[in-house]
Amino acid sequence: MLSDLLQFSIDALTLGSLYALMALGLVIVYGILRLVNFAYGELIMVAGYTLYLLGGSPLPWLVMAVMAIVMAIFTGIATELVAFRPVRERSVTAVLITSFAFSTLLQNAALLFISPRSRQVPLPDLFSEVVQIGEIIVPVRNLVTIASTILLLALFALILRRTVLGMALRAAASQFRMARMVGVPANLIISTAFAISGLLAGVVSLLWFGRIGSVVPGIGLEPLLVAFIATVIGGMRSLPGAVIGGYVLAMIDTGFNYLLPQDLLAFRDAFTFSIVIFILLWRPQGLMAGPATGQRT
Amino acid sequence: MSNTRNIRPQVLLTVLLLILPLLGLALVIDIIEVNLAERITTLLYINLILVLGLQVYMGNSGILSFAHIGFMGVGAYASAVLTIPVQMKGLALPDLYPVLASAQFSPYVAMIAGALVAATVATVLSYPLMRLSDAAAVITSFALLVVLHTIMVHWSAITNGPRTLFGLPKATGLYLAAFSACTMVGVAVMFKESRTGLLLRAVRDDETAAAAMGAHVSVLRWRGFILSAFMAGLGGSLWGHFITSFSPSAFYLKETFVILGMLVIGGSLTVTGAVVGTVTITVAFETLRITENAVNIAQILPMRLVGLTEIVLAIAMIAILILRPSGIVRGAELGELAVFQRFFTRAMHAKSTIEKQQEESKL
Repeated sequence: MLSDLLQFSIDALTLGSLYALMALGLVIVYGILRLVNFAYGELIMVAGYTLYLLGGSPLPWLVMAVMAIVMAIFTGIATELVAFRPVRERSVTAVLITSFAFSTLLQNAALLFISPRSRQVPLPDLFSEVVQIGEIIVPVRNLVTIASTILLLALFALILRRTVLGMALRAAASQFRMARMVGVPANLIISTAFAISGLLAGVVSLLWFGRIGSVVPGIGLEPLLVAFIATVIGGMRSLPGAVIGGYVLAMIDTGFNYLLPQDLLAFRDAFTFSIVIFILLWRPQGLMAGPATGQRT
Repeated sequence: MSNTRNIRPQVLLTVLLLILPLLGLALVIDIIEVNLAERITTLLYINLILVLGLQVYMGNSGILSFAHIGFMGVGAYASAVLTIPVQMKGLALPDLYPVLASAQFSPYVAMIAGALVAATVATVLSYPLMRLSDAAAVITSFALLVVLHTIMVHWSAITNGPRTLFGLPKATGLYLAAFSACTMVGVAVMFKESRTGLLLRAVRDDETAAAAMGAHVSVLRWRGFILSAFMAGLGGSLWGHFITSFSPSAFYLKETFVILGMLVIGGSLTVTGAVVGTVTITVAFETLRITENAVNIAQILPMRLVGLTEIVLAIAMIAILILRPSGIVRGAELGELAVFQRFFTRAMHAKSTIEKQQEESKL
């Protein structure tokens, strides 16, 4: 019984850490621009393909990992330049469509230039090892996931609270126009938000591919959906809310895995998404309300 | 209906000017008798119905809906279950419920039924979602698409799961598709001009002001959404009876992207935009596809070209939204353009002069 509980906690915590990072990467952009980046999942795809393309080279894995993250950051900034900046001041719908189009563009580019079939991603040996805790066997990658998430969240919180950049980001999220008037450069801050989003996506991709092992052009959909649900549960504009949302969602998902009978398990996504719809109806602003306004100009 | 407003002549003119070329196209294609052309044109009409359905909701309410193609799937599967011949059902849908297993209707009845099922599902599911605006509305509609897709993939008794469902009788021909598309052009224009449509557009332009004037925001959006789902369901069942075998993956993001692209590039504010967008994108797509096939067959490039059409569509969408955000057709319907406007005022003027003369002669 106790070991079951421990197993459940580690499963939920691992999945929750991944979900929290995914959600945070989406909400950092949403918080400032109040715009959803539909091309967010493709950042993870780009990082995955970078790893795959570097796979044959003699570079140590850590260097490949850093380059994958750099590519994700680069793609994040490119998303902003292509899909967001030119239409930022227009309607919400326009930006949603351009980011959806950019996402399709990247996916089909991968389809065209690499392959529609899945590709193996190089992983360090550490990711396939296991350790025994009490009566249960835990893969080391789960512990790595939990530890690196905690580290990253702590670092992120520190930057937001203690540095000029962090303050500028928070100011832009709460009152964009006012922040500009007191000298926060709008384009720079938005690009920075996208770069952070890319950084988080890059880290997520390393941990995510550690679980699944291979990359396909459509790989970004699941992380995107997860990030959507988690941010909606946690609060569309609140950063701590997104993290909490990620963990709550992982609890729900893992709980369904343990509780639902086999023939209903296939419908798990439908159940999870129905919960999202209900939460949005009950509290359109999510569980934790963020700053009240959202201006883009 | 007591609340129908007088139909302005421009509205009728719009409908006529949109329908006549569409019917003309069907006639020409029928006369030249090229199989490929007939296939492409039939698909054009079916896509047009889907785009018009999306326009009814998105154009008038201003809210992007991702769920549309989900309702296309609902329509397709509903009419499939009603029409697959009884002796085929054991093979195509072994786990089907006994009540449905023995049922077999005419495809034409089933198509209407498919549209009605889609509309009913939308009626039940969507009302609570209509309270939401902006990004929350878009994310929930996305969630709705995922829910519908998950159900289609896993409800094996009805849909044969992720596998291909086959055995639908082929019932959609060129003229049926053309006739349905033309009817839907009329429906979309009438909805836009109806009291509900006008109020919905007022809500789109300024939600707070319209609500303050007494417009019931969620009910208005709900009506638009139901009509939109009805049209998606109709498009889906027509498509099903054209293609005769399909799997749930046909009703997901790829199709959503194509239909959305057609509407956005054409211009989502007007019915004319929906028609123009569908025709433009179909022509562009087919040209690209022919190029793609030619390149692949001739093996000019070291790799196979796949996904090129989507890449071009994506770039076109981004370019249109940057350069001409309201699409090719901006604000005015075809019948409201200045050229026709002048023609009409002259005609009306002539008519009133004649009436005046008649009255004078009576005196």
